[in-house]
Amino acid sequence: MNMPATKIEVETAAPASVAAPVVAMTPKRPPRTEAYARMARETAVRVIPPLVVVALLALIWELVCRRAGSALPPPSKVFKDTKELIFDPFFDHGGIDKGLFWHLSASLQRVAFGYSLSAIAGIALGVLVGQSVWAMRGLDPLFQVLRTIPPLAWLPLSLAAFRDGQPSAIFVIFITSVWPIIINTAVGVRNIPQDYRNVAAVVQLNPLEFFSKIMIPAAAPYIFTGLRIGIGLSWLAIVAAEMLIGGVGIGFFIWDAWNSSHISEIILALFYVGIIGFVLDRLIAGAGKIVTRGTAPN
Amino acid sequence: MTAYLKLDHIDKIFTRGNASTEVLKDISLTIEKGEYVSIIGHSGCGKSTLLNIIAGLTVATTGGVLLENREVNSPGPDRAVVFQNHSLLPWLTVYENVRLGVDKVFAKTKKRAERDAWVMHNLNLVQMAHAKDKRPSEISGGMKQRVGIARALAMEPKVLLLDEPFGALDALTRAHLQDSVMALHQKLGNTILMITHDVDEAVLLSDRIVMMTNGPSARIGEVLEVPLARPRKRLELATNATYLKCRQRVLEFLYERHRFVEAA
Repeated sequence: MNMPATKIEVETAAPASVAAPVVAMTPKRPPRTEAYARMARETAVRVIPPLVVVALLALIWELVCRRAGSALPPPSKVFKDTKELIFDPFFDHGGIDKGLFWHLSASLQRVAFGYSLSAIAGIALGVLVGQSVWAMRGLDPLFQVLRTIPPLAWLPLSLAAFRDGQPSAIFVIFITSVWPIIINTAVGVRNIPQDYRNVAAVVQLNPLEFFSKIMIPAAAPYIFTGLRIGIGLSWLAIVAAEMLIGGVGIGFFIWDAWNSSHISEIILALFYVGIIGFVLDRLIAGAGKIVTRGTAPN
Repeated sequence: MTAYLKLDHIDKIFTRGNASTEVLKDISLTIEKGEYVSIIGHSGCGKSTLLNIIAGLTVATTGGVLLENREVNSPGPDRAVVFQNHSLLPWLTVYENVRLGVDKVFAKTKKRAERDAWVMHNLNLVQMAHAKDKRPSEISGGMKQRVGIARALAMEPKVLLLDEPFGALDALTRAHLQDSVMALHQKLGNTILMITHDVDEAVLLSDRIVMMTNGPSARIGEVLEVPLARPRKRLELATNATYLKCRQRVLEFLYERHRFVEAA
């Protein structure tokens, strides 16, 4: 690869006859054990710090609550009191005397139902508000006021309307989680680049095709932001709502435990509520990541 | 002269509140079938607005656009646009981006397999068939613009509108793509209207160059015929007297008579 440089009236052009040394790079694949070791290291870096913090906090908690006359039980006592609940979450003695699995699944079912409704209605309303200036002018002030109403404030009204606990709880979840979905979808739709609208216009997509082929994919990142906030809010709302409506559900389980002074059971339930809230958030975030793959502007 | 595309006394006034700006004033132009016409002017002179009016994306305040003696005032695939920033949909693959238009335009006239073959044919024309399953974020700027051209060509437009198609590309890629467009024009005989601010590009590619005066109220200042035989070769033209003369003429127009007025 040593081509003499063409000289254009310049005498000082350096003779380019020295070939650049080529360093042969043999691709080296690290042995499998090494790859595993690296993976283990990376996992450890992420897992160990929170574990250390949790262990420290548990230790402090244990030391503080260990004294006689302490209002709250230390972790060792919590574990001892709730061993049955932890190791047998599936028992069912009728009524509300059920294992934690049944309580959690009842709560999750309500959330699934209310949240699905709010996802559908939220995206539909968001598209309307994002697409039409008049819909925005008419509806947006209303949304801004309604979204500040605390979830539980809706409960008496919905109990009056539905005369039953189950639909009321679902309604509370719906009304709590629908606002962020509406607002984020509307922002997403309003932010669709003019370029994409021009492309749609030149190709002459009809409104339905525009909706499915341009609007939804383009607004997907915003929609999923709204959906993620929404699932968090509905999980917050369900526990509070269930405390009031009673029946099977993790919220009433906590209230019932308080009424019978089973503080350890409350602590266990809070642990589960936290974990499930985290998992729900991750699920929606994961779904968003899959759906919006490649949607980021380039 | 047969008018294939005719711009008839187009005025465009943008109104915002009480203030109104006249962007284009009395633009009339006729373009023949198979002709390659460039519109050149300083930035802000309204050439992109003019292209948008022809594409139907913007409505002219007065005057109109006639394509084969029919007025056109809404966007459509008969005037396909190659956008400056390619405007490929990032969630679709290269193939799907082209297919989107093909499916709409040939919904009734071509069967599924024919549409598929037509998409591949057009990707082959711009030498992008190899990347058909890639997403726009995975290919280079020049490749994206090639796909943009394929998407427009695949709609079999009567007029192909190029909106500064090479503006965002580096010089080498630009030259390469200009050659490709020239070859396509030679092969397919499309009628092409191109917006540009590059003098060499305009002279190299066009049959006629429309030079616009500075805005506001931009007009057509001068129309220059480029009497160079096709196919044109970039290297041979560099010393060609006619080429240099045309180039000189455009430069004079842009830099002497209608110098860009900085933030006037």
